[in-house]
Amino acid sequence: MSTDLIDVHAPAIQVQGLVKAYGDNVVLKGIDLTVLSGEVVCIIGPSGSGKSTMLRSVNLLETPTDGRILVEGIDITDPETDIDRVRQRIGMVFQSFNLFPHLSVLDNLTVAQRRVKKRSKDEAERVAREMLGRVGLAEKADAFPSHLSGGQQQRVAIARALCMNPDMMLFDEPTSALDPELVGEVLQVMRTLADEGMTMLVVTHEMGFAREVGSRLIFMDGGYILEQGDPREVLSNPQHARTQDFLARVL
Amino acid sequence: MALKRRTRTLLYRVTMYVVFFAVVAAVALSINWQRAIPQFFNLEVAAKLFPDIILIGLRNTILFTLIAFTGGVLLGIILALMKLSSIGLFRWVATGWIELFRGLPALLTIFSVAFIVPIVFGWKVPGGPVGAGLLGLILVASAYIAEVIRSGIQAVPKGQTEAARSLGMSPMKTMFWIILPQGFRIIIPPMTNELVLLLKDTSLVFIAGSFIWSKELTTFARDANSANANATPLIVAALLYLVVTIPLTRFTAWLERRMAKER
Repeated sequence: MSTDLIDVHAPAIQVQGLVKAYGDNVVLKGIDLTVLSGEVVCIIGPSGSGKSTMLRSVNLLETPTDGRILVEGIDITDPETDIDRVRQRIGMVFQSFNLFPHLSVLDNLTVAQRRVKKRSKDEAERVAREMLGRVGLAEKADAFPSHLSGGQQQRVAIARALCMNPDMMLFDEPTSALDPELVGEVLQVMRTLADEGMTMLVVTHEMGFAREVGSRLIFMDGGYILEQGDPREVLSNPQHARTQDFLARVL
Repeated sequence: MALKRRTRTLLYRVTMYVVFFAVVAAVALSINWQRAIPQFFNLEVAAKLFPDIILIGLRNTILFTLIAFTGGVLLGIILALMKLSSIGLFRWVATGWIELFRGLPALLTIFSVAFIVPIVFGWKVPGGPVGAGLLGLILVASAYIAEVIRSGIQAVPKGQTEAARSLGMSPMKTMFWIILPQGFRIIIPPMTNELVLLLKDTSLVFIAGSFIWSKELTTFARDANSANANATPLIVAALLYLVVTIPLTRFTAWLERRMAKER
């Protein structure tokens, strides 16, 4: 099967000519993007620019209208590809956390390990506790999600994704739903992940994070990538008029 | 001089209670107790009903309810998943099934299973009239329960599916481990409703035919009513229904509160 053949030399993510339309509404108008292993790519842009749709296409939560997406060399837009297997290699973190409210924190972290990776209960719980420790929430294993703060919930969500031992992580505005004082703890976890060499694609409004942690910054508007480059360079010396306009409004 | 606000509120309250008890008293006084008591509250007739009204009537009512509810839930889950399927044929069959058995009176469905199916298909439901009656009841229950389950599944936020699928869970695993457990919590109140409705609908099984051992509460009481020329059995049956339904709804309310705490 094609999904068994991972080309270790292939880029983590290759997006080629990605178009996404909802009826007449074309949200992505031809996106080309390559993310190499170990890169931390941050995507900024005004709302409606298509940045979230682009990110969600990378694990096929959105089905492309046209174009190809390759994850570690595997064409996930090919109907023959077993997307469930590819998704195990791609961690996803949502704006609204999306923890499973009927399960304890520990069960949130073990359910996919056990049902998908077929790990034993003991093995899954060992991994879960290790990942909870990494996000600084080891003592919350038995709590239910509703008893956690937003920042804690998002850290649990990150730990849940890490339990599948992904090769890369997608973050869809991970701090946008948080109270301002809780943003820092989530960004800190993400920063540590980046330092450890995790490949990351991050849609964000946190310019400070993009500047300090990102290895590349992408500006999207109107369904196109208008500008990309070194984060410090793009933020301090934007070339495109739309980028200048956007940064003038948010900074 | 205008009354103080608090005095006025108190006056309204008192008036409400006075009117309520006046209406109750008026109803009580207009009853012809001389005729009502021997006809409806005859202790001698009531005493003769026991223990059979419990051992046969109540037992069958509960047994029929449990069988029909179990069958209805199993079929209902399948129908709900079919109705939400991306495959048109599944949706079409489920919609037709649900509309048919929800649209027909339960009495007619049970009657059809018992008497029309054997004529049309030359095949009798196993278990005789009781089997046919129960099958009819299961068909009716499945249609209502399918709609309740479907609404529960759809009430689970889409982000839950997205999170589960992003972890590599298949659509089946996502449904079984993530969506259904949450959906079932949401539908506890409407499901209790269905259970209580079903409990009362067991009184329709008799239309398929009944034996002495297969009478449920209502049929048992109606036959006792005829045999004694006295309506007391109907009152006893009514009380026995409440003895089951009221603890049931109380239990569900407790369950709901407990689960609300857990979330």
